[in-house]
Amino acid sequence: MMEQISSLVQIKGIRDGLLATFTEAAWEEQRVALLTQIDEKPAFFQGARLAMDVGNQSLRVNDLVDLRDHLSERGISLWAVISESPTTEHTSQLLGFATRISKPRPEETKQFVDISDETALFVNKTVRSGTRIEYPGSIVIVGDVNAGAEVVAEGNVMVWGRVRGMIHAGVKGDRNAFICALDLSATQLRIADEVSAALKPQKDPRPEIASINHEGRLQAEIWKTG
Amino acid sequence: MAAQVITVTSGKGGVGKTTAVANLANAMAMDGKRVVCIDGDIGLRNLDVVMGLENRIVYDIVDVIEGRCKLRQAMIRDKHYQELYLIPAAQTRDKTAVSPSDMVRICKDLRADTDFILIDSPAGIERGFRNAIAAAERVLVVTNPEVSAVRDADRVVGILEAEEKGPPALIINRLNPSLVKNNDMLSAEDVLDLLGIQLIGIVPEDETVIIGSNRGTPVVTDPKSRAGMAFRDIGRRLQGQDVPFMDLEPQSGLWNAIQRMAGRK
Repeated sequence: MMEQISSLVQIKGIRDGLLATFTEAAWEEQRVALLTQIDEKPAFFQGARLAMDVGNQSLRVNDLVDLRDHLSERGISLWAVISESPTTEHTSQLLGFATRISKPRPEETKQFVDISDETALFVNKTVRSGTRIEYPGSIVIVGDVNAGAEVVAEGNVMVWGRVRGMIHAGVKGDRNAFICALDLSATQLRIADEVSAALKPQKDPRPEIASINHEGRLQAEIWKTG
Repeated sequence: MAAQVITVTSGKGGVGKTTAVANLANAMAMDGKRVVCIDGDIGLRNLDVVMGLENRIVYDIVDVIEGRCKLRQAMIRDKHYQELYLIPAAQTRDKTAVSPSDMVRICKDLRADTDFILIDSPAGIERGFRNAIAAAERVLVVTNPEVSAVRDADRVVGILEAEEKGPPALIINRLNPSLVKNNDMLSAEDVLDLLGIQLIGIVPEDETVIIGSNRGTPVVTDPKSRAGMAFRDIGRRLQGQDVPFMDLEPQSGLWNAIQRMAGRK
């Protein structure tokens, strides 16, 4: 019986601490299995940094908050939640967990190839300090990007609001990527491997678009219609 | 009526969380409310000092959690107000002695005989902060008009939103109207513009606050203090009253006009 429970969740050591890999089984059962496994060897897990690969599980804020608190009561800090489900990925970004760990999973690269240029992550809220949003396509944000926030996309980034944080478009090297916003006063913009210095806040902000120009430099200019 | 649990937090340290809790608790006790303050800063307690109750501590919150005393025994009655109590933090333990579910349980036990439970959160966004917000129904974020404090407040607001705690309300503490006038300090508008949350009060810089904290008599009991007045107003807003914001303008309208003409906005 014990064997069966433990095999639901695999825990192994990785460079950044521990990685718990979940299967397709019901979330509640796996959650219990993980905590049981930890409670068998409390001293071993005390003070550990834990990353979770939850596979296709679709998790909401309450699921992750609940598990994080249970882990925290056992002295374990949850820092990363990796998932193939967009819901879970969004949840873990909201809660400030990392959604990638340094060693990419082999199937991850394959998955990204399938994503067409049309795919975008839609974020309908202000991105606040300490939040990092990463997406293997374009990102559209309706809200501000505050100072201390990071938005990283393989495609373009569009912000219907003010930008004061850091935005990196075309992170995998796409020099045709662009960043546009109603007010671009970012601390730093990056497109592919080009980096801009801080943009001055404008008295009378106007929509701007930043891209790499003919000379190969990252440049922001006022948006013109037509 | 069951109590409302309000947590006061900030992210950055030293912006005035503890002072705000002590003053708001006194302000609401002055209005006849039954208030219990909980010091959530285990290991670095100081709400007892600011409330002037340091020498009355026998039991603390960790004693309650670990079953060494009853909840009632750890509640210290205030010197002036019969219906104001403090549950102090433990000084010789750390945050791991308390869990979020302990906080929820304590607040639940206090609910029936209390109008307001005020929780003083530690600085930071780690375990102690999680404990402090676990039971909160309402969160007040305290910030100073400084870029670093506002940045940390923004981080905290982001976490509160992610935890679905409902929109927090903002207290801007230690605003100096003449520095704002000279463009040497962020204005309340700048801070609000950045954080985009509801404002519940602006507390002007006032040296009597520090004197009051050191003496253990929160400034809110001083009828002449401007900061005290601001805290009394916030206390009433928390009770659901509609109190207009006080005028913090240090100079006359004429001075304003001259500055505008000189292009300094």
